Amino acid sequence: MDNGLKKFSRSQLVVPLFSLFLLIVFNLIRDVGFFSVIVTTNNEGNTVLSGNLISILNGASELAIIAIGMTLVTASSGGQDISVGAAAAIAGSVFVRVLRENQITMPIILAAFLAGCVVAIIFGSFNGTLVAAFKIQPMIATLILFTAGRPIAYWINGGATPTVSSSLLNYIGSFIPGIPIPTPIIIVIIFGVLVSLVLRFTNLRLYTQAVGINERSARLTGINAAGIKLLSFMILGVCVAISGSIGVSRIGLINHETLLLDIEMDAILAVAIGGNSLGGGKFSLTGSVIGAYIIQALTITLYAMKVSSTAVKAYKAIVIIAIVIISSPIVKEYALRLRGRLLGKPKEVTENQ
Amino acid sequence: MKKLISVVLILAMASGLVACSALTSKSKLIKVGIVNNPPAESGYRAANVADFEKVFTEENGYDVSTYYSLKNDEQLNAAGQFITDGVDYLLISAAATDGWESVLSSAKEAGVKVFLFDRMLNADESLYEAAVVSDMAQEGITAVEWLKSQKLDSYKVVHIQGAMGSDAQIGRTAALEAEFAAGTMTKVAQQTATWDEAEAKKIVEAVINSGEEFNVIYAENDGMAKGAVAALDEAGITHGVGKEVIIMGFDCNKWALRELLAGNWNYDGQCSPFQASVIHEMIQKLEAGEKLAEKKVISKERGFDATTITQADIDTYGLGE
Repeated sequence: MDNGLKKFSRSQLVVPLFSLFLLIVFNLIRDVGFFSVIVTTNNEGNTVLSGNLISILNGASELAIIAIGMTLVTASSGGQDISVGAAAAIAGSVFVRVLRENQITMPIILAAFLAGCVVAIIFGSFNGTLVAAFKIQPMIATLILFTAGRPIAYWINGGATPTVSSSLLNYIGSFIPGIPIPTPIIIVIIFGVLVSLVLRFTNLRLYTQAVGINERSARLTGINAAGIKLLSFMILGVCVAISGSIGVSRIGLINHETLLLDIEMDAILAVAIGGNSLGGGKFSLTGSVIGAYIIQALTITLYAMKVSSTAVKAYKAIVIIAIVIISSPIVKEYALRLRGRLLGKPKEVTENQ
Repeated sequence: MKKLISVVLILAMASGLVACSALTSKSKLIKVGIVNNPPAESGYRAANVADFEKVFTEENGYDVSTYYSLKNDEQLNAAGQFITDGVDYLLISAAATDGWESVLSSAKEAGVKVFLFDRMLNADESLYEAAVVSDMAQEGITAVEWLKSQKLDSYKVVHIQGAMGSDAQIGRTAALEAEFAAGTMTKVAQQTATWDEAEAKKIVEAVINSGEEFNVIYAENDGMAKGAVAALDEAGITHGVGKEVIIMGFDCNKWALRELLAGNWNYDGQCSPFQASVIHEMIQKLEAGEKLAEKKVISKERGFDATTITQADIDTYGLGE
C-alpha cells in the first residue's frame, strides 16, 4: 500500500489528477450542486441526462480524441501537429459533401465518415512524410496545412456554411433514442478502449517511445523509425476525422473557419497538462485525456462564473500557467524534498540516484 | 531571301498593329480593379464576391481584374499595381482600416476614381468618390427595436457575441448593451463564442445548467444561433414563435431564414453583401458626367420576423443555399 502510494506520487498523473481535483473542489465550494446530474426530456422526446458534468464530458469529446493522437505524434516525433483544426475542417467538409450528395442513411453516414477518414489520413501522411522522410520540424511541416487547410475545406463544398440535417446525424452529435448519455461521450470511450487495446497487444507503445527517446538507437535495433512516425501522423488523421465528424453532427452545419477552432493549441496543452514531455519519448494517453477534461472543465467553470467575455482567455491562461509550473521538474523536485523534510526522510531524493 | 524575310516581318508587324488597333477600338470597356477579401472568408463574403461577379461583367461594359487577400499589406500592393496598370476605377474592401492614405493619394494623382465598399477605412473623404457600407450599429439597433416590439413582460437575455473587436461584434453588441445599462433588459449571460457554433452551444448549456431563467437568445450570427438552439433542444426547452425562448440571429443565410419560416427561430437581421449594383449605378452616373449626391451610402438592411417572412424573401435575401 505504502509502496503503491509512493509509486503513484512519482507517476506523471499526479499533477493532472491533482489539478482536476482542485477544479472539482473549487466548483463544489462555489456551488454544491455544480456537478449534479438531472434527468430531462429533450425536444426529440428522449429521456436524457444533463448538467455541468455531462456538459464537460460531452464538450471535451473532440479535444480528448485529438489529444490521444497528438500524444502519439508528440511521443514519436518530439514535436506537435498544429494543423489538426484545419485537417478536421477538411475531414468534416468531406463528411458533409458526401452526406449532401446522397440520401442520408446509416450506411451513407458510415461511408461519409470513412471518406473523411481516408482524406484525413492522406493529409496526415503528407505531414508525416515531411517529418519522417524529410526531417522537417513537425511544427514547421504542419504549418503548411495549418495555413492552407481551411481554404481547402472551403473549396470542398464551395460554400461557406453548408448545412445537413437528419435525425440520424443527431444520433451521433447528440443522443441515440433510449440511451441517456450523449453519443460523443460513448464514442470517446469506445475509441479510448480501442487505442489502449492496440497499445497493449502490439509493440506500438514500445516502438513509439523508443523512437521518441533515441531515434538512432531505435533504428539500430531494427525499428523502422520513419515508419513509426508516419504511422503516428496517420493515427492522428483518424482522430481528426472522428472529431471533425462529431463536430459537424453536433450542429448539423460545417463552418470551415470555426470548426474546432484553435483546437491544436488546446490539444498540445492537454498533452502537456497530462504530464507528457513535449520533447517526445514516454507518454501517457490517460494523462492527455485528463488534460482535455481539465481544459473543458475550466472553460465551463469560467462560463458558470460569468467571467466577462473579454477576460475569459486571461483567466484560462493564469490557471494553465499555474498547472504547467506545478508540473515543471524544478517544482516537483522541490515538493519531493519538502515532503522528505516534513516526513523526516531526507533519503527520498537521493534514493533516485 | 533576306528581302522575303523582311517582307514577312513587315507584314507580321503590320498585322500586329492592326490587331492592336482592333483591340483598342474594342476596349470601350471600363477598366475596374477590385480589391476584396477572399470568398472563403465567410458566407457573407462568398455572397459579396458572387454579387460583384454578377454585376461587373463584360456585358455590362467592364473589364475587371480582382485581387483577394485577407492581409492589408498584400491588398495595398495589389491596389498599387492596379493603379500602375491604369484602371479607371478602383473598388476596395479593406482588410484593415489603416494605411491606405498614400495609395489613395497616388490613385487620385493618377486620375483613378476610388469606391469603398463593405468597410470604411481611415482616409480623407476627398480621396474617394463614395463608400457603400453596412452600418453594423444600425443592425443592432434594428434587432433590439424588434425585440422591444415583442412586448414581453421581462427580457432575460443570453447574449452570444462574435469574435471580440470585430466590426460586427462591436456594432451588434452596442444596442443590446445600452438596454442592459438602462435596465430595460436583464443580462443573464454575455459571452463570446468567437463565431464558433460549438462554443455557442457550450455557453448556452452552461446557462441552462446554472438553472437561471432566460427567454431570449441574441446570437450575433446565424451559426451561433444554431449552436444555441442545439443546446436548447438537448435540454428540452422549446424555442421559436410562441414558445419559451425567442431566438435571434444575424446574416440571413438561406438555411437560417428557413428556420424562421418554420417558426423555429424568431428574428434574423440582414447584413447586406449586395453593394455591386449600387456602385455600378454610381459609375454609370460618373461616366455620364453627373455628380454623386452622397459620400457615404448605407446599404439598406432589414430584419426578418418569423411571423411575416415569405419564401420570396428567402429567395431574394438569403445567402448561400
